Amino acid sequence: MSAPLTKPAPLPEELAAPERSGRRGAALVQRLVLARELGILAALVLLVVVTVIANPRFLSGQNVRDLLLSAAILTVLAAGQTMVIITRNVDLSVGSVLGLSAYASGTLMVVAPGTPVVVVVLAGMAVGAVCGLLNGAIVAVAGVPSLVVTLGTLYAFRGLDSLWASSSDRLQINAADLPSGFKSLGGARLLGVPVLFLVAVVVVVLVGYHLRTFRSGRELYGIGSAPEAARLSGIPVGKRVLTAFVVNGALAGLAGVLYAARFQTLDTTAGTGQELFVVAAAVVGGVAIFGGSGSVYGAALGALLLTTIGTALPQLGLDPFWRDAAVGALILGAIALDRALQLRLAARLRGRNARR
Amino acid sequence: MDHAPVPSAPPAAGQVVLALEDVGKSFGAVAALRGARLELRAGEAHALVGENGAGKSTLVKVLAGVHGPDTGRVLLDGQPVTLADPAAARAAGIAVIYQEPTLFPDLSVAENIFMGRQPLLSGRRIDRRGLAERCRALFERLGVALDPDRPARGLSIADQQMVEIAKALSFDARVLVMDEPTAALSGVEVERLFAVARSLRASGAAVLFISHRFDEVFDLCDRITVMRDGQWVSTDLARDLTVDQVVRRMVGREVSSLFPKTEVAPGEVVLEVRGLTRRGVFSDVSFDVRAGEIVALAGLVGAGRSEIVRAVFGIDPYDAGSVRVSGKALRKGDPAAAMAAGIALVPEDRRQQGLVMELSVERNATLTRRWKLARGGLLSSRAERASAAEWSQRLQVKAGKLSDPVSTLSGGNQQKVVLAKWLSTEPTVLVVDEPTRGIDVGTKSEVHRLLSQLAAEGLAVVMVSSELPEVLGMADRVLVVSEGRLVDDIPRARADEDSVMLAATGQGAVAPGGVR
Repeated sequence: MSAPLTKPAPLPEELAAPERSGRRGAALVQRLVLARELGILAALVLLVVVTVIANPRFLSGQNVRDLLLSAAILTVLAAGQTMVIITRNVDLSVGSVLGLSAYASGTLMVVAPGTPVVVVVLAGMAVGAVCGLLNGAIVAVAGVPSLVVTLGTLYAFRGLDSLWASSSDRLQINAADLPSGFKSLGGARLLGVPVLFLVAVVVVVLVGYHLRTFRSGRELYGIGSAPEAARLSGIPVGKRVLTAFVVNGALAGLAGVLYAARFQTLDTTAGTGQELFVVAAAVVGGVAIFGGSGSVYGAALGALLLTTIGTALPQLGLDPFWRDAAVGALILGAIALDRALQLRLAARLRGRNARR
Repeated sequence: MDHAPVPSAPPAAGQVVLALEDVGKSFGAVAALRGARLELRAGEAHALVGENGAGKSTLVKVLAGVHGPDTGRVLLDGQPVTLADPAAARAAGIAVIYQEPTLFPDLSVAENIFMGRQPLLSGRRIDRRGLAERCRALFERLGVALDPDRPARGLSIADQQMVEIAKALSFDARVLVMDEPTAALSGVEVERLFAVARSLRASGAAVLFISHRFDEVFDLCDRITVMRDGQWVSTDLARDLTVDQVVRRMVGREVSSLFPKTEVAPGEVVLEVRGLTRRGVFSDVSFDVRAGEIVALAGLVGAGRSEIVRAVFGIDPYDAGSVRVSGKALRKGDPAAAMAAGIALVPEDRRQQGLVMELSVERNATLTRRWKLARGGLLSSRAERASAAEWSQRLQVKAGKLSDPVSTLSGGNQQKVVLAKWLSTEPTVLVVDEPTRGIDVGTKSEVHRLLSQLAAEGLAVVMVSSELPEVLGMADRVLVVSEGRLVDDIPRARADEDSVMLAATGQGAVAPGGVR
């Protein structure tokens, strides 16, 4: 990157002791973080350009809108997952939570057709939040690794969903069963942009703002960066981790409602397999799987990139079966890039200490 | 010190701010504290001294709210308090600088210092500019030039410690606890720290200072408490004590009887290290070790001692230099080749790196020889048991049954199992990293006797140790490592606390390019 980065106002030189760790440490890190997010953006642009050359209609209005609609749900999930991964945890149950919330909100609209959309959304989020509370409580209070806990609840929530559907004799909820006010949400646009995508953007900005600007957000990074140090510095680790899981659950619940609005046909398989796709989006977006670093914006870009691959491959005349291979290659590429950047950063920072 | 240690009359002295009364704390069967006592007064610097394992760090953790005491009371301003967690201790005005820095590597230096206490704008938003400014002001007061916005990852140990000090300073604490804060600091940095501690004391704070350096203790502190084996021994005004008296109270026995080192005439050079360099970690390290010799690598935590022996054994890579065993060059980065050439490494952290805790004693003891004990690719349990029995008898491992999991053994006996595991490979060079860390005094001297006996049998021993008495008692030669360089090579006759500590803190004579 040759473009000079703008630095904050020059710092006063009144410090008495000789500068030894260098004022440039921060600039260096900012540049590397930026390089990480610009890298995904570049990959995304490259993919779009290549696809457009092969098939100019790829950038047609309807196609882009479909793309953004598909990306919206994954992005909302990725935003929540980022909060959890930053604390050195993971939530594998989000696909099942999405399914449960979608079915619950569908049922609510069938049973009480007059329910306002806002209430439906809130109900879906509440279902998700309860699921997240259960996950978080087991992880934070009982101290069980989140990988195992959420692997368990991945099956438990899905089972609950199936049990509910079969006992209520409503195995599938169809578009005909849903109120038209809700259905119109799926296709609604604001200034030409799908409303569902705007919802995802709002979620990303809110989560990103929280993680960057509030004490509780910074503490999530601290917990993931050094759990023992977090404990010693008086961070309420359990409470924060629990909250991250609850928020992530609520966002998975919201994703369930978005799913219902977009597809309008709900059965108990909604969201199956999404969990790993979400983790992949976060990892591709530069969220460190061992916590402590990464941003929700990167994760959102990762979600957009993964979705774009899925729709671009058929346009390039490739079998959609290649999608999984492409996603896999991206994950490996992202990890290699992270490692390379980290080694470079470590070498630069170390060189600084050695030189003093 | 060019001035006599005159403890200045404590201003507004008297008021006991924080007190511990007969505090006891046990971890499993091990009693870390038994009737510990301490009284910290406003405007007074109080030293806590004792050997490693005397319970000082446990006491600090009680004050910090990390451990709740099993028995006894903690009094704040004369009122009993429960410091349920670190946040409660902070709220009570107790700031702690730990022995080992506890930073968030991914976060900026400024965020590390103000985590949970960042200055806020309206709506509880973090004031980033204010954060950096406050951090810069703190650094100015401490006289360090660190960039508040750089991440903590990659800071040297000394810089990490300065960040910890800045953190403690930012509290405006009523009680400042410093657990060996100077171990990694240079002379100038120690002076700055003391200037800060003195100004805090002058403003009425109580300071608790833990250190092994007596010149610092007598320089800074008004009162000295001695602990031994988790118990309170004495508290006196510093001006009424001499260093000799303090040492005698700390040890409580003759020092020389601890380490039964037998004199051995060294034989051939078996380990030759030349110009070993790993960029940014250690550079140009050269030394020889002869058969029958015990060579200690001494230095401060983080000086690079463990990294050097790990590179010699091939676990870590290195950029330049060579390692020869019995005259034959060793391929770098190949622990299997190192083992075949006759090197054995007993790692620093036996729970993580030395043992498989869930496996039985016999399985652990024979892990390094599993191919030799196997017939047709299958391990023979009988051969395993026989081999393990032989070695555990030679090392006097105290275990219920050899089939019991290693995790049921005491720390000292676990260490013996690790030793058995490596000695059964019949090495010519034994590298031990912190051989007696976390081992009770009795077993400690057994481990020492064992090492001494092995050296007498012709084994070359390289010992990394942070315990100065152990280094001085055991080693034929002391190689001192400071900031990744070998700065001194001190023979047994000349080695004492002063010569080693001076070299380790970078104040001794520096032999450029290492020493042979």
